[in-house]
Amino acid sequence: MDFDFAIVWKYLPVLAKGAVTTVELTALAIVNGTVLGLFIALASISKNWLIRSLARFYTWLIRGTPLLLQLFVIYYGLPLQMGIKLSPFAAAVTGLSINSAAYVAEIIRAAIESIDKGQMEAARSIGMSYFQAMRRIILPQAYRRMIPPLGNEFIALLKDSSLVATISMVDLMRTAQQMYATTFRPMEIFLAAGALYLLLTTFFTVTFGHLERRLAVYE
Amino acid sequence: MVKVDGLYKSYGSLPVLKGVSFEVAKGEVVCIIGPSGGGKSTLLRCINHLEEPDAGVVEIDGESVRPATRNPLHRERHLNRMRSEIGMVFQRFNLFPHRTALENVVEGLTTVKKIPRNEAREIAKQYLTRVGLADKINEYPSRLSGGQQQRVAIARALAMQPKVMLFDEPTSALDPELVGEVLSVMRDLAENGMTMLAVTHELGFAREVANRVMFIDDGQIIEEGPPKQVLSNPQHPRTASFISKVL
Repeated sequence: MDFDFAIVWKYLPVLAKGAVTTVELTALAIVNGTVLGLFIALASISKNWLIRSLARFYTWLIRGTPLLLQLFVIYYGLPLQMGIKLSPFAAAVTGLSINSAAYVAEIIRAAIESIDKGQMEAARSIGMSYFQAMRRIILPQAYRRMIPPLGNEFIALLKDSSLVATISMVDLMRTAQQMYATTFRPMEIFLAAGALYLLLTTFFTVTFGHLERRLAVYE
Repeated sequence: MVKVDGLYKSYGSLPVLKGVSFEVAKGEVVCIIGPSGGGKSTLLRCINHLEEPDAGVVEIDGESVRPATRNPLHRERHLNRMRSEIGMVFQRFNLFPHRTALENVVEGLTTVKKIPRNEAREIAKQYLTRVGLADKINEYPSRLSGGQQQRVAIARALAMQPKVMLFDEPTSALDPELVGEVLSVMRDLAENGMTMLAVTHELGFAREVANRVMFIDDGQIIEEGPPKQVLSNPQHPRTASFISKVL
């Protein structure tokens, strides 16, 4: 086999720069997606029919269509037919955030609904408001149950962020494609990029494993 | 102290409470007995509006528990204040598992009553001592026995200084050998003048501690009176048949 490690070392710094962009994109999408997802989760268990329906429509729509299509709508559709022009970075962050929010919302909703109903009743019975009970009693318990599925979701998000390469965002994937085009050394370039993805996903695995163990204190 | 008048509640087409009315005087202990599915728990849960009654009035100290306004914010605030004056103890304890015994009691004091943390901790310690758990204050609920958990739950409710305490089958989920410690805390409360309304299957407790026993079946009060009369000499055949089955 013709495999040259020298090429891997030579292009690793360039690929690492792309990886930084991937991390930035993923981090922003995680933060936005989690905040947005929390609100959508709370809305989807609301007693108000309209709020609940809107939230469930959102998750139905976003989870039911491909991320790639969503990115295309935002990057190609909005400027051409709606006059809303976003930079590749802004479009990528928007698309990934909107997408992850739907998945995170479902994770949070499921975790909240898995908490025994008696917890809310006990909190309300001592006079706590719905939001006090949510914030101080329900969410802290639900939080622990969200950790494993959230870990999965963030790993998937990090890998799926490679789709932004298709909307001219120079992330790790796109950098690898460009390096391949100039070197014609696909094995070295893509395996090196793969190693960088693996490094990043391993970071999530380790961090979430750690969180899971730390939050297990009271059980 | 507690006035319940014409309480109706149904789940869908199934009526659970069919016009229940009674009063509980300050310091009085009322035990509610009756077969399961008869509406006992629903009655308690309607008193603090964990379940909203379809019709009827619940008053604590002359003040209606049901909010008078339509404004959702005001409704919630009114309900929260009324509930903080009505202590409730659940069959399955419902302690907050992510909080220690002390933190379980502190929670309502700081969040609802806005008492400063240090002061709240002192108050919580007093109540946990009162239920005999001074040495367990830093344990998580999962490390406590059922009887200990229920005593923490009682302390949590008591610390709010409620005007009345509701007990919803507080010993039904306990192993037999742990029932006594919970009943003795309840007895102690009754002797100290707490107004209490307890759904219970502990007829011995009802006989010794209650001022009045109420037999509820099919969503109605079938019979009520002094424990000796209701338990030893029931007037209504349904009461008699229930008591003979329990004993």
